[in-house]
Amino acid sequence: MKRKWALLGIVPAVMAVLTGCEPLLVLDPKGPQAQTQAKDIMLSIGIMSFIVIAVFALLAYMLIKYRASKLPADYEPPHIEGSKVVEAICIGIPVIIVAFLSVVSVQSNNKVEAMPKGYEDQKPLVIYASSSNWKWHFSYPEENIETVNYLYIPTDRPLEFKLYSYGPITSFWIPQLGGQKYAMSDMVNTLYLAADVPGEYMGRNANFSGKGFAENTFNVKAVTQDEFDKWVKEVKATAAPLTEEKFKELLEPGHVGQSTYTGTHLAFMPAPEGEHGGHDHGSSDAGEHSEHGESNHNHH
Amino acid sequence: MKIDHSLPLEYSTEENRLKVLGFWIFLGAEIMLFATLFASYFTLVNRTGNGPAGADIFEITPVLMETIVLLTSSFTIGLGVHAMRLRNKKAMLSFFAVTLLLGAGFLAVEISEFVHYVHIGAGLQTSAFTSILLTTLGTHGAHVTLGIFWGLFIMLQVKQRGLTPETANKSFIFSLYWHFLDVVWIFIFSFIYLKGMM
Amino acid sequence: MGFFDRFAVPHPNPAIYASMVAIGLTVIAIVAGLTYFKKWGYLWREWLTTVDHKRIGIMYLISALLMLFRGGADAIMMRAQLAVPDNTLLDAQHYNEIFTTHGVVMIIFMAMPFIMALMNFVVPLQIGARDVAFPRLNALSFWLFFMGAMLFNISFVIGGSPDAGWTSYFPLAGNEFSQSVGTNYYMIAIQIAGIGTLMTGINFITTILKMRAPGMTLMKMPMFTWSSLITNVIIVFAFPVLTVALAMGTLDRLFGTNFFTTDNGGMDMLWANLFWVWGHPEVYILILPAFGIYSEVISTFARRNLYGYKSMVASMVVISVFSFLVWAHHFFTMGQGAVANSIFSITTMAIAIPTGVKIFNWLFTLWKGKIVITTPMLYALLFIPLFTIGGVTGVMLGMSAADYQYHNTMFLVAHFHMVIIPGVVFAMLAGLTYYWPKMFGFMLNERIGKITAWTIAIGTLLAFMPMFFSGLDGQARRMYTYSASTGFGVWNMISFIGALGLAAGFVLIVYNIYHSIRYASRDIGSDPWDARTLEWATHSPVPAYNFAVVPQVDSIEAFWDAKKKGHILFKGEYEKIHMPNNSGVPFIMSCIFFVWGFSFVFSMWIPVIISTIGIFACMALRSFEEDHGHYISVEKIEETETKLRGVS
Repeated sequence: MKRKWALLGIVPAVMAVLTGCEPLLVLDPKGPQAQTQAKDIMLSIGIMSFIVIAVFALLAYMLIKYRASKLPADYEPPHIEGSKVVEAICIGIPVIIVAFLSVVSVQSNNKVEAMPKGYEDQKPLVIYASSSNWKWHFSYPEENIETVNYLYIPTDRPLEFKLYSYGPITSFWIPQLGGQKYAMSDMVNTLYLAADVPGEYMGRNANFSGKGFAENTFNVKAVTQDEFDKWVKEVKATAAPLTEEKFKELLEPGHVGQSTYTGTHLAFMPAPEGEHGGHDHGSSDAGEHSEHGESNHNHH
Repeated sequence: MKIDHSLPLEYSTEENRLKVLGFWIFLGAEIMLFATLFASYFTLVNRTGNGPAGADIFEITPVLMETIVLLTSSFTIGLGVHAMRLRNKKAMLSFFAVTLLLGAGFLAVEISEFVHYVHIGAGLQTSAFTSILLTTLGTHGAHVTLGIFWGLFIMLQVKQRGLTPETANKSFIFSLYWHFLDVVWIFIFSFIYLKGMM
Repeated sequence: MGFFDRFAVPHPNPAIYASMVAIGLTVIAIVAGLTYFKKWGYLWREWLTTVDHKRIGIMYLISALLMLFRGGADAIMMRAQLAVPDNTLLDAQHYNEIFTTHGVVMIIFMAMPFIMALMNFVVPLQIGARDVAFPRLNALSFWLFFMGAMLFNISFVIGGSPDAGWTSYFPLAGNEFSQSVGTNYYMIAIQIAGIGTLMTGINFITTILKMRAPGMTLMKMPMFTWSSLITNVIIVFAFPVLTVALAMGTLDRLFGTNFFTTDNGGMDMLWANLFWVWGHPEVYILILPAFGIYSEVISTFARRNLYGYKSMVASMVVISVFSFLVWAHHFFTMGQGAVANSIFSITTMAIAIPTGVKIFNWLFTLWKGKIVITTPMLYALLFIPLFTIGGVTGVMLGMSAADYQYHNTMFLVAHFHMVIIPGVVFAMLAGLTYYWPKMFGFMLNERIGKITAWTIAIGTLLAFMPMFFSGLDGQARRMYTYSASTGFGVWNMISFIGALGLAAGFVLIVYNIYHSIRYASRDIGSDPWDARTLEWATHSPVPAYNFAVVPQVDSIEAFWDAKKKGHILFKGEYEKIHMPNNSGVPFIMSCIFFVWGFSFVFSMWIPVIISTIGIFACMALRSFEEDHGHYISVEKIEETETKLRGVS
């Protein structure tokens, strides 16, 4: 019995840790998308704790009241078929909860799939993020520069990531800025993020992609727009140009550390043209034929 | 073994009734199998890579031949089961023989069709589209091949042992299988060939 | 590459060599033991050729326990590797193979045979039947499963294990990124076992629909039988999808087709879709029979009828339908857009409603009951709170926007272990303890049993609760190592301690079996738990024909009514009983399947062709064979019954 109560203690303990001094990454959002998700997570933890407590309480009550050792020896449990009212409650309350969560979920879906809230009127910075075993390549087409395994972003500006992969499916994830999305070899996924606060954030591939998966990470540095412009200028002045040979060398499987180039690989190796939507992108004929020319560049 | 004479021979024992039901459930699984193949086909149909599309390779004549042959065989096996119910062993065996011959004819046309596809550069490995096309057709073809051998074994047993509750049960179940293959072909004909040629 | 090179392990290390030696020694010991004790004939006559559902059930049970230890060893290695940051116990390749085999073994070769064991043993008894509808097909199902499991398990000593995760996503699992034969093993071993499972599905649906005792209408079936019926319907509809997916994967790897490749129009996400169209119903295939066991156990030890029988049945039907409508929640992050995600998000959360109904019905079964806490009941009572935690986190994962943060993290790992371990493993252990006396005629030790249950429950909490936190802190799943600066160390160390607790629990189970074989009383009667359903109306252990006289049923709890209200179960005299004959064909055919699979894995086409012919020859043999079974005479029945009555 005592252990049951110890179980009950877990829920407050969870809440204490979640709100404690050292916040967990996902619950310490630094951008609007992550904020939406963290809010959903806390809301659902709250509602779910209520359900968990209700079940624990009912179980404890039944166990305390109806233990054989606490009942007279001649007690014969009655035959009870079930009651329409009780079952209506058992169905009704979960239906209400699920309906409520569904509304929240649908709203949040639209939020995380769209331009971040409060940033709608700004022109987003477009960054092509492509993965290869086991690296991330970040191309800034407008600035005409490319980085490997690190990301420089301006704060207070929406970011439009175009995700694809040279190889296995990977998942682009910066927990403090927002949830992840897959990068695949035959289509481009779009992920909108934004950073509210300057700082350094952890980014990684979250989807298992083979031997080098554990180290398939990248650093994210969020700086003000001014500093970002300065960085771009500096890169343009100092970095070597990215040639096709150099890029092919980079695509070879392995870990390469961070590096910076002028020019992007998009110039000689454009992103696959299939867009979005798992099921319907197969029917966009225009994309299909060139897509495959693209993927021939995969390393073997 | 209790034999209930008020029922057709193939249903006359408890074991027979179990087997017919079991086979219907098996056909349910087969429907899922082909449904999965069709779903994959529709997903991959436009993903032709460097290879040809359906409209480039489908030809109406062999396909129509296959369809007519297989539909006829479904009709003849129906007649075979009818003959079995009338306890006419000789007629039943003849109809089963015609059915299997038609099945073999179907296979012959299908094999030549496959050879033709490979010949014109639409082999199994050409593209996602040809892979799923040949796999779907091949799965159906493999079912027909298996069916021909199975049907042959059953005919031999009917010939040797006569029409007993067991052989009747086997023949009836085989007819269900054969009809099922016909239904699958109608879907292949409509949704792969006709739709592909349009 | 020389002919023999391909069989070498690509990434050998001392642990693998040690395993090779251990496997070799075990095989020699078994062969020598069987020869020394002259048990070959016994083994062949009584077990390898048996078509008796009870013996097949017991063989499933033994296989499941063996696989539990294989999968458990993998788990311990994984948790040990992650217990401290920057650990070098395992390298990346080895770790990848281990989490892959852990997943496959636990789901396909441990949980599946465990539920098959209980279904095989219990369902015919519970419906008052003499066997399943197709006894020989049942034997074939078992042996195909067994050979599939063996084929999968030799992978790590011959040629290398699969290393692309139990989900085996392409293109990672394709030839380009996974050159070793590991994934071939995955495709073919699961295919062989899957064919067996599909046959079981057909067999049990027919059995339950057609072979119930007179008077047992559908709505008078015990809840475990109901759950088995629905499970087998799901099997029949879900497994063909897996068959096709695995066939396509095999074609891609061995014949160069382009289903899931990155070239020529191949579509990697097609695999993910097909896999989860099977994979999500699969988790309900596991959990529904578990729910059935809980229903039996809770009702027996609350000494009350099951509360809300009709809504229990209805909720299972609803769950089975919904299980086919939620598969895309496994990849909300694929980029299918807000609309598709919203639909799958809602269907996913909706499954919580019927599941909740079941939880509340169990709670109300305790209401006004007279609760006796035995080992099976203890598992059931621990299941309710732990599974609730797992279940509500499932609802959280179902919210697709938030799932962008949970996906691929330890949070997800924590969720499904908190669902599967309390949900399925506790149920199987409860079922094992509950039905042990019916299977073997003696009970497992209650004191050790309860200590085991507590150990496993606490181990589960310690092992998996920390993962919720490390997941929210950004620890992705399937990482073989992490640096100290991430701060994941504490969580993973607690997990490791919990895993050791779980291991201790499973060792206790073995000890309990040993202890009870030696010391337990054999004089326990046929109904030691004072239970309510038909399986307890016959002797323990059960005679080959199950029931000397077919029972007559007129209520949900016919046996309870027979004990308490004077209902007469067995009317009429003994009559001769028709029983199926044993057959070696299922075993031999499955052995040929093993050779077929092994040759396929290594693309050895001549043996493939020969064994394919062998398989068809077995089928032809079966077609021509005339086998009318045999009869057990009335005298023989009387003799057996008198003897068993003496014992019990």
